[in-house]
Amino acid sequence: MAEIIDMPKLSDTMSVGTLVKWNVKEGQTVAFGDILGEVETDKATMELSCTVPGTILKIYAPAGAQLPVGAPICAIGKAGEAAPAPGQAAPAPKAAAPAIPESTGIPCVPPAPAASTAPATQSDGSRAKVSPYAKRMAEKAAINAGALAGSGPGGRVVARDVAAAASAPAVAAPAGPVNVAVAPPADGKGIQPDADVPVGGMRQTIARRLLESKVTVPHFYLEVEVDAAPLMAMRESLNKRLAEAGGADAVKLSVNDFILKASAEALRRVPAVNASWAGTSIRQHSAVHLSFGVALGDGLVTPVIRDAHAKTLKDIAVEAKSLIGKARSKKLTPNEMSGSTFTVTNLGMYGVTGFFGIINVPNAAILSVGATIKKPVVDAHDRLVVGHRMVIGLSGDHRVVDGANGAQFLQALKQLLEEPALMLI
Amino acid sequence: MPVISYREALRAAMREELKRDEKVVLMGEEVAQFNGAYKVTEGLLKEFGPKRVVDTPISEAGFIGLGIGASMLGIRPVMELMFWSFSYVAFDQIVNNAGNIRYMSGGLINCPIVIRGPANGGTNVGATHSHTPEAILASHPGIKVVCPATPYDAKGLMKAAIRDNDPVYVMENTILYNDKGEVPDEDYIVPLGVADVKRAGTDLTIVAHGRAVITSLKAAEILEQEHGVSVEVVDLRSIRPLDEETVLASVRKTHRVLLVEENKPFCGVDAQVAYLIQSKAFDDLDAPIHRVSSIDAPQIYCKRMEDQQLPNPARVVAEALKVLA
Amino acid sequence: MATPAVLTHPESLKRPAGPSEYAKHPVNTALSKKEKVALYTKMARIRHFEQRCIRVYQQGKIGGFLHLYVGQEAVAAGTISLLGKHDHLITGYRDHGHALMVGMGMNECMAELTGKVTGCSQGKGGSMHYFAPDKNYWGGHGIVGGQAPLGTGLAYAVKYMGLKGSCLAYMGDGAVNQGAVHEAYNLAALWDLPIIFVVENNGYSMGTSQERSTAHPGCLAKRAEGYGMAWDVINGHDVYEVRAKTSEALKRAHEESKPTVLEIFTYRYYGHSMADPDKTYRDKEEIKEYREQKDPVLLFEKELLAEKVLTPEQVQAINEAAMAEADEAAAFADASPDPTVADITKHIYWEEDNRGPKTTSRGTIIFE
Repeated sequence: MAEIIDMPKLSDTMSVGTLVKWNVKEGQTVAFGDILGEVETDKATMELSCTVPGTILKIYAPAGAQLPVGAPICAIGKAGEAAPAPGQAAPAPKAAAPAIPESTGIPCVPPAPAASTAPATQSDGSRAKVSPYAKRMAEKAAINAGALAGSGPGGRVVARDVAAAASAPAVAAPAGPVNVAVAPPADGKGIQPDADVPVGGMRQTIARRLLESKVTVPHFYLEVEVDAAPLMAMRESLNKRLAEAGGADAVKLSVNDFILKASAEALRRVPAVNASWAGTSIRQHSAVHLSFGVALGDGLVTPVIRDAHAKTLKDIAVEAKSLIGKARSKKLTPNEMSGSTFTVTNLGMYGVTGFFGIINVPNAAILSVGATIKKPVVDAHDRLVVGHRMVIGLSGDHRVVDGANGAQFLQALKQLLEEPALMLI
Repeated sequence: MPVISYREALRAAMREELKRDEKVVLMGEEVAQFNGAYKVTEGLLKEFGPKRVVDTPISEAGFIGLGIGASMLGIRPVMELMFWSFSYVAFDQIVNNAGNIRYMSGGLINCPIVIRGPANGGTNVGATHSHTPEAILASHPGIKVVCPATPYDAKGLMKAAIRDNDPVYVMENTILYNDKGEVPDEDYIVPLGVADVKRAGTDLTIVAHGRAVITSLKAAEILEQEHGVSVEVVDLRSIRPLDEETVLASVRKTHRVLLVEENKPFCGVDAQVAYLIQSKAFDDLDAPIHRVSSIDAPQIYCKRMEDQQLPNPARVVAEALKVLA
Repeated sequence: MATPAVLTHPESLKRPAGPSEYAKHPVNTALSKKEKVALYTKMARIRHFEQRCIRVYQQGKIGGFLHLYVGQEAVAAGTISLLGKHDHLITGYRDHGHALMVGMGMNECMAELTGKVTGCSQGKGGSMHYFAPDKNYWGGHGIVGGQAPLGTGLAYAVKYMGLKGSCLAYMGDGAVNQGAVHEAYNLAALWDLPIIFVVENNGYSMGTSQERSTAHPGCLAKRAEGYGMAWDVINGHDVYEVRAKTSEALKRAHEESKPTVLEIFTYRYYGHSMADPDKTYRDKEEIKEYREQKDPVLLFEKELLAEKVLTPEQVQAINEAAMAEADEAAAFADASPDPTVADITKHIYWEEDNRGPKTTSRGTIIFE
């Protein structure tokens, strides 16, 4: 039976070979070990040694042909035998297909990872450090571990923090619906439909975070009244110049932009307020990331301007405008909504004369700005004049900020707002 | 119950097994006439004669290979390395032959050998005589490795090792040779692959093997007396096979783990244990896994510094407090 | 015992034409005609099996190393044909010849080469690791010289058990420089072990000739004198001489329990292994001379033809049968399945493979 001789694998890296020359002819008798020809490989030119004694029936590969390893090059058999067509077997080896690996024994495929929950985020935007065990405990107790202050190294939330939170009285809002049945209007027409309006994600978050803040943070309140006239004058004058230079696209500075810039500068002067309670320590923050409230139809969000301490008034104005736009079109990213160190809220546009906000944990304070209204004031010369006055409130976390710090902060802020040129230096 | 030393416990194990099975042969440098470099085999030549207790030349590759070859025909050699540090000159025999012959023959052959000897630092003998190769050896499938910490475990594990039909390498400790403890007279074994909770506790799990167990028990006392911490100490006893369940059960109880070993840090036994714990008890951890290893350098000669290089109770206590933070 | 003058390989292989002077040695005259034919057949089978392996290797079906015994057949055939019930053997990685001589089948040997589960080591050893404990054959070892201490152990065990036996520990000429071999020599001589170290000197340690690699006092076996051991040199192309001289060493082992070092000069036609292009260190003329004038299989064939023990037709039939058997083995190997993934973790520990009520060890022994 004729044997087909294939291009041999002459080195472990060989994939093709060139049949450089034949030493034998069709019809020639060859013995085991005779040199049939020469093959050039990737490494060297090697002799093609005969492994099947017999007669060369047919040469498939002419001298000079380059063929892959395993391609037929000649056929050897008994003299007079018909040469097989190449590709027609020298018995194609009845190779069994490699056994399909059984699934018993060591699995080759790692088990699918358990569905992972998104990492808890702390209110300052950094990924909350929660030990795996604490996380499991918190999930069981329906507590947001990430919102807890961690007492472990680096602020890690550990089991004892969750245990403490779980046993703290009534912090967790009742999970289910609260019974708020009220008698319907006698005349059948009320001011709005009696209805159970489902509470969406934003409202849930507001409810949860503000309740937590109110209940866990010891708030105290300070107030200061600022002469807003210099501020308004500067604003008008700057906006005019900006409009002249920039035309329709000009940046327009708002009162709030000034407040933000002044807050950043005031924090620079009284940095103790730019901090967070961390359980066994107070975390001082080197950067000032300012968040400010933006009212939306169904709630409010607090986008964050990062590194406000390093930004000019104009930068802040541009960024604030952009963030407001994103907030209104619901395009704020989680990063843009978290990580603040201080918050400014402003209800002046609604005519609210003064108020005190709820601290945005883990900030140490929140600034609340009222409307600028005209009122009689006593000036430096004891004369009664028309003043343009703005009332600003500060709610402070008394664990981090004492009355004196808070007062110093407001003092600095007042100075900056009443002499806005100070914000330049 | 008799109180005997770790050394005497090992000797008792070998004596009992020499009596029990005539195929058991002790072999090594100075084991016979000199009564053992550390006197572990003292008296055995006298009792059993030169056919059963054999002095070898200084020729580790030679006599370890001889023992392996003999074991293929059913002899059960218990070969002493004066220090496990000397195993490296016989590494080919110990790892390539003893560890692989069964596999390469497709299961036709087994090598029921025991290689035993001290594997420890802390004796001021310098870098080339202070190795603790249990992790390196245990990384080879085909090999079993045990590290007894107490006299009771020494006798029980040695007997189990001698009766085992696979190669078992016993890591002893010259410093522990003098430690005394209760050891029953009667025949008993400590099975391979079974760890032992040497001290029960609730606040912290310490996992250790060999002399590090003794160090950890001392540290546990200090932690209880001075810091009010309840520490559980798990003695692995057996490196390969490894009792994973006992370790994991302890972690599930205390949620905080400190690993203590005399190995150097890189890929010591504790690297494997740490992987095991974080892989199978991740959600039970309240803190990252900490570890006290020997300080990462060849064994220093200066004795006072070597005592610092090795884990000592002070270092273990300090690290434990970090885990508990 | 010969005390030859300076011997260098290949000069020592000069052999006068005509019948072997050892044909008349009692150990050879004791062979019946049938036994002689059987001996020749076994040599031919080794030759054809090895040659069939070349083709299988070139088809890419054999991975790793393949060290061929072609040209050395008389060494395995001559020595192993003398062995009795308590004689054991162990060798290095050029182990196919020894395997076939002790009676392992071509099928299981070929299947092992291609890594199939029907191989003699279930696909777990490969070319270098053929074992047959039931035939007193202890492998097949990959580390040069590493088998020498194991050989002393086998001899030690035979002596320990009070049996009249020996161990033949084969190695190549390159192995004699390994430390482990010297340690084995010392232990063998010190403890009077019934071991015969058979140095199959084919002149080359991989690509390095003996002159370039080995400092020796005339021949390799003479190093035995440094340990006070008996030694001898043998022309390895003459199977009668191999039998004659080896039988003396066996007698020494059986009756005095003393070791011998035998240096058997032989030759390999192919490179150290299939991956070795051996043209860099020897020339074709040398190979041609051996093939034509010193081929041990050919020489024994001529011997038996001259003794009228075989006819040319019988010779042809034996060789064709051997070739056919080798072809069948190749087909068997092709058709056999691989081991499975589950098989990878079997046969590591005796205890795992024999788990039962008596098993005492627990815990994880194979890790993920």
